[in-house]
Amino acid sequence: MENLVSAVISLYLLSTACYLAYLFFQKDALHHFGYYILFAGLLCHSAIIIAVFVQTGAMPVRNLFETLSLAAWAVAVVFLAVRHRFKLKILGIFAAPAALALMVVASRLPRHTGPAKDIFSSFWFVFHVVSVFVGDAAFALACGAGILYLVQERAIKNKSRGFFFRRLPSLERLDAAGYTCIVVGFTFLTAGLIAGFIYAKSVWGRFWSWDPKEVWSAVTWLVYAALLHERLTVGWRGRRAAIFSIIAFAVLLFTFFGVNFLLKGHHGEFTRF
Amino acid sequence: MIPKTPDTIPEILLVGLNHETAPVELRECIALSETDAEKGLQDLGQVPDIREAMLLSTCNRVEILTVTGNPDAAARHVKVFLSRFGGMAPPVLDAVLYTHRGDAAVRHVFRVAASLDSMMVGEPQILGQMKEAYRLATVKKTTGVILNRLLHRAFFVAKRVRSETGIGDHAVSISYAAIELAKKIFETLEGKKVLLIGAGEMAEIAVEHLVRNRSGTIFVANRTFQRGLELARKFKGQAVRFEEIGGLLPVADIIISSTGSPDMVIRRDQVKGVIRARKNRPLFFIDIAVPRDIDPSINQLPNTYVYDIDDLKGITEENMADRLREAAKGERIVDEAVAAFRRWYESLEVVPTVVALRSKIERIVYAEIEKTLSGWGGTTDIQRQALYRMADAMVNKILHDPTLYLKDLARYDAKAVTLDITRKLFNLDEK
Repeated sequence: MENLVSAVISLYLLSTACYLAYLFFQKDALHHFGYYILFAGLLCHSAIIIAVFVQTGAMPVRNLFETLSLAAWAVAVVFLAVRHRFKLKILGIFAAPAALALMVVASRLPRHTGPAKDIFSSFWFVFHVVSVFVGDAAFALACGAGILYLVQERAIKNKSRGFFFRRLPSLERLDAAGYTCIVVGFTFLTAGLIAGFIYAKSVWGRFWSWDPKEVWSAVTWLVYAALLHERLTVGWRGRRAAIFSIIAFAVLLFTFFGVNFLLKGHHGEFTRF
Repeated sequence: MIPKTPDTIPEILLVGLNHETAPVELRECIALSETDAEKGLQDLGQVPDIREAMLLSTCNRVEILTVTGNPDAAARHVKVFLSRFGGMAPPVLDAVLYTHRGDAAVRHVFRVAASLDSMMVGEPQILGQMKEAYRLATVKKTTGVILNRLLHRAFFVAKRVRSETGIGDHAVSISYAAIELAKKIFETLEGKKVLLIGAGEMAEIAVEHLVRNRSGTIFVANRTFQRGLELARKFKGQAVRFEEIGGLLPVADIIISSTGSPDMVIRRDQVKGVIRARKNRPLFFIDIAVPRDIDPSINQLPNTYVYDIDDLKGITEENMADRLREAAKGERIVDEAVAAFRRWYESLEVVPTVVALRSKIERIVYAEIEKTLSGWGGTTDIQRQALYRMADAMVNKILHDPTLYLKDLARYDAKAVTLDITRKLFNLDEK
């Protein structure tokens, strides 16, 4: 298992290097390598997660190591899907380092922190976890797209085409990519939250218990819902959408990590270390 | 016929003038039309010292490329031809002409083809112009082995330079820079609606580029409605009255303005009001007019971009600087090609000897075959042919290695000596 973890980290590192090199040198071969290496890393990563699942019969989010590992996995999966479907390679410069960073931090943490509870193997639990993580990863990519949008927009508005101007795609493309990621993210998040409610009912007998995680998830959901609504009705696009994607992601980060570390609640055990 | 002495390879000579050496008034006098060029090639072809010739005439250069056994005499002929054609005294012409011989001529031809010698480095037209000049020379039959090879290599080098360097990559003209910028704002120009205000060459070229990119409806607004109608017809667009411009702001995505008006044609408050109506879709203003037509403060509005002619010039200047950097890479490719050409050129020296050698051996072999056959009585055609085929095969196989060896000789010294020995060994210069 340790070998696999090292292998995954090495592959994510190599993919990050390829994407950064592509950013600098703009040689097509580089981003292709980055893509295939990331895919290879994802396969190894999937093997780790599946192995734990099969061995213990529980979803691998029993502690911070496994949570971060799953987050990295989700980022890689969503990026590869977006890249495959929409051919947007530049997001690789966010996705690959993000997956790498998450895995590196995770690898520093203890692997086992006690036995898993039975409840970790219910279908709704698994669905809830995977769906929410994938949704969050998509929102992360949307944030990345938003950042790139702002960089490119500044270059064009201020007429100071710098390092990035030639290397980034058009504003419309970045905006569309961000929007797509948010739609995908929102869909998965909604499904994941609903699954969470169903699971909560089956385990604790009620849908909602005012747990900080639940509250903040609702806040996050509302924020992204507002973003989508404004886009569809008023046409919030371009700069405003980009800024909002970044702010919304900050809220999401707090919901994902901040709640676990700073507030007490039943989600705390997923991030113990 | 077996030559008495090995031919020296004729030399490549190029004489000409370009935008750097001669002012436009002089270049105008010398510019050759196609018929002039045809006649010129004919005249030059008659000169005994000139074995091959090609004439290149563009608005920025006139060059005469020749292959000659007597470079000094040929140069004189060419200069006389040019001065007579251009109607100017030889000293006037001498001051602006450059002359290149041998490797320098080869390098010059390659550089010109790769657009490294052009006024705007990286321009694509020169290659087409050279191909046309070469075609004319082949039609007039004034090219031979050397120029054919030289020009074909030149076209190949040009293609390499274009594809392996960024020399032709980014816009160096205002109109094209505006379009490249539009593509950085809008992912695709397809279907984007365009409003042209006013008229003018740069603006119209930009609209042409947009049309080529499959843009949507082209609206044309002009203070003179008639002029607007003409332009609209040209672009297959729609003419609108000048007063209707404000109403088009929610509709048009790209607005190109080029009027002579001293006042602003579009003000900030006009645009601010339509942003919501446009659902925040991006709006790109290209202001080519001097004085400016579009209120520059519009650039500060969200999802709206205004570029005036100075901004566009900034882009073209940056791109030009990039092209010059890429040109250095192009020069390296040219260097390689010049060295390769030189190797081929020097291998020509062995050709007369190889030809003479084969010729002599064939003569001997065929003579002996005839002698043998006459002694056999009757032979069928098939048998004769078989015998000659055998003879040819034998001669080919025997000469294969010596030919390769001779062609392969790199150092001039070894080649001269080896050629000499070969000629003496086989007594090719019948004493």
